[in-house]
Amino acid sequence: MSSSVFSCAGLKKRYQMGDNEVWALNGVDIDIMQGEFVAVMGPSGSGKSTFMNMVGCLDTPSEGEVTINSEKVSTLSKEDLAKLRNRYIGFVFQQFNLLARTTAVDNVSLPLIYSGQPEDEWQTMAENRLQQVGLGERMDHHPAQLSGGQQQRVAIARALVNDPLVILADEPTGALDTQTGIEIMQLFQDLNDEGKTIVLVTHEPEVAAYAKRQLLFRDGKLVSDEFNPNPTLAMAQ
Amino acid sequence: MILRLFKTAFIALRVNILRSFLTMLGIIIGVSAVIIMVSLGAGAQEEVDAQIESLGGNVFILFGSFRRNGGANTGAGSVQSLEQKHADLLETNVGSVEIAAPQLSTNAQVIFGNLNWPTDVEGIDNRYMIAGNWELETGREFTGQELSTGGKVVILGSTVAEELFGAADPIGQTVRVDKTNVTVIGTLRSKGQDTRGNDQDDRIFLPIETVRTRLTGRQGSNPNSVRMILVKIYDGEDMGFAEEDIAYFMRESMRVSPTQDDPFSLRNLSEMIETRAETTAIFNTLLAGVASVSLLVGGIGIMNIMLVSVTERTREIGLRMAVGASPSHILNQFLVEAITLCALGGAIGIGIAWITTYCMTYYFDLTSVIHTKIVLISLGFSCLIGIFFGYYPALKASKLQPIDALRYE
Repeated sequence: MSSSVFSCAGLKKRYQMGDNEVWALNGVDIDIMQGEFVAVMGPSGSGKSTFMNMVGCLDTPSEGEVTINSEKVSTLSKEDLAKLRNRYIGFVFQQFNLLARTTAVDNVSLPLIYSGQPEDEWQTMAENRLQQVGLGERMDHHPAQLSGGQQQRVAIARALVNDPLVILADEPTGALDTQTGIEIMQLFQDLNDEGKTIVLVTHEPEVAAYAKRQLLFRDGKLVSDEFNPNPTLAMAQ
Repeated sequence: MILRLFKTAFIALRVNILRSFLTMLGIIIGVSAVIIMVSLGAGAQEEVDAQIESLGGNVFILFGSFRRNGGANTGAGSVQSLEQKHADLLETNVGSVEIAAPQLSTNAQVIFGNLNWPTDVEGIDNRYMIAGNWELETGREFTGQELSTGGKVVILGSTVAEELFGAADPIGQTVRVDKTNVTVIGTLRSKGQDTRGNDQDDRIFLPIETVRTRLTGRQGSNPNSVRMILVKIYDGEDMGFAEEDIAYFMRESMRVSPTQDDPFSLRNLSEMIETRAETTAIFNTLLAGVASVSLLVGGIGIMNIMLVSVTERTREIGLRMAVGASPSHILNQFLVEAITLCALGGAIGIGIAWITTYCMTYYFDLTSVIHTKIVLISLGFSCLIGIFFGYYPALKASKLQPIDALRYE
């Protein structure tokens, strides 16, 4: 019924730290299916962020292969990788990474610039996404005029604007207070209910509890891969 | 898409207006300096051209030969080996000669009432007016009868008219030249100073026969001798060939043996001016060169700021790459930013140059000519500077690894 959005086979990443070789990832095999809500957990240095960068095509593996929507990443040029990120992946970062002195609408439009969408459709597409994340009233606000939670919503709208295959969120609640964090998680659950595949990196078990599947990394290896039978419902709280 | 790039560049540059302006300042100063220098140079060139025009650019002066007087050279024209007939012969026999006008000159005091003025007296016929590019301000030329019989008439240069008559109309008045009373029949249009600062309007014209019979007397062995012949060449004729033809013909008609030197000298007025023009041109090139150096320095300023900008906005670059910007997108973005800086600076520089040259022309009486060509060239050149000095920082930005750029602190 559901097809693989991306898969990793024998994924390894090596860093040179002085004379020492450090394996940030040491042989990871994962398949993630369409419609899944996956939490990637692990202590810092466990390789979860490195894993995220590999599947997000922001970094290249030392060994192994990442396949996204049946395209082998290692065969692609930098230009093609950029296109692939633009089309298939929506990023959400811990620090939001919005452009300062740029309105919410323009921030959300950013991926459209590189997607070859007709320019006259940008405004509407961006506005629709902002509406979807509940920021219909603040389209023309600059990031400095928005709260942390609102900024993260803008970032999520930006991740959604190209209708990607998967949302990759790296500690999306890390810079937010608990209540705002819950609101953001609710938004992710809503998106997942609508069928969007979501991969979330976190070191907090409470945050991971919202996901349907939990991966645990330690020392560059996947040590546990479990389905969460009872995800926390943000709605209920 | 290109419009979009420029819009993005504008937004990025507006974020730090002061810095953008200071960066542009180098280009502004460079471009305006180049344009001002070149325009003043072009103005000077045009002035020289106008002088050549006023003197008659395609004119030779044919003097009689030098005569040594006890070892002392008495100068060109001091021997009247040239005759009036040579003028007519040149006109009929040398194809490139349009007009050959004889002239006999002396100095005399011109007197009107209780006013008097020393001036150059030139005995001429009407051909001289054409060859020498003289035009009448008022009155008429000499009639055929006045020329052939040595009529007592005079045409005044504007300086002489001014000195003797002020604002009054001199036509019909009688002035005394040396001891001869002559009637004023015309005045010359002013030509101003020549290249050496001599007042060209300080002269009077009389029929050549009048000067010969009443002022200089018949001098030397030849009663029909003239001091010089002004030779005007047809437009488009090569001055070099014409000079050879004239010299050859004069040697023939004066029966000069091949071993003898020319018993005449042939001078080209424009040659003297051209030498001066060359000096002006060299000077202008030098000034423009110095101005270009400031443009280069401005370009380095652009590069410096673009490098800072790339470092400062590394996280932005990372984000743009994460949402789908390819290396070429990033390259274009920063390149267009540099070009925008330079083009904007260039445009402001052109404006400043225009105002400055206008003020200089207005207040310091300098001639300056802003050619569209130089404006376009300097604008294009400043855009090229943007591309040249913006390319390296832009390339540096585009080569960043997305993850390194995103994590940059």
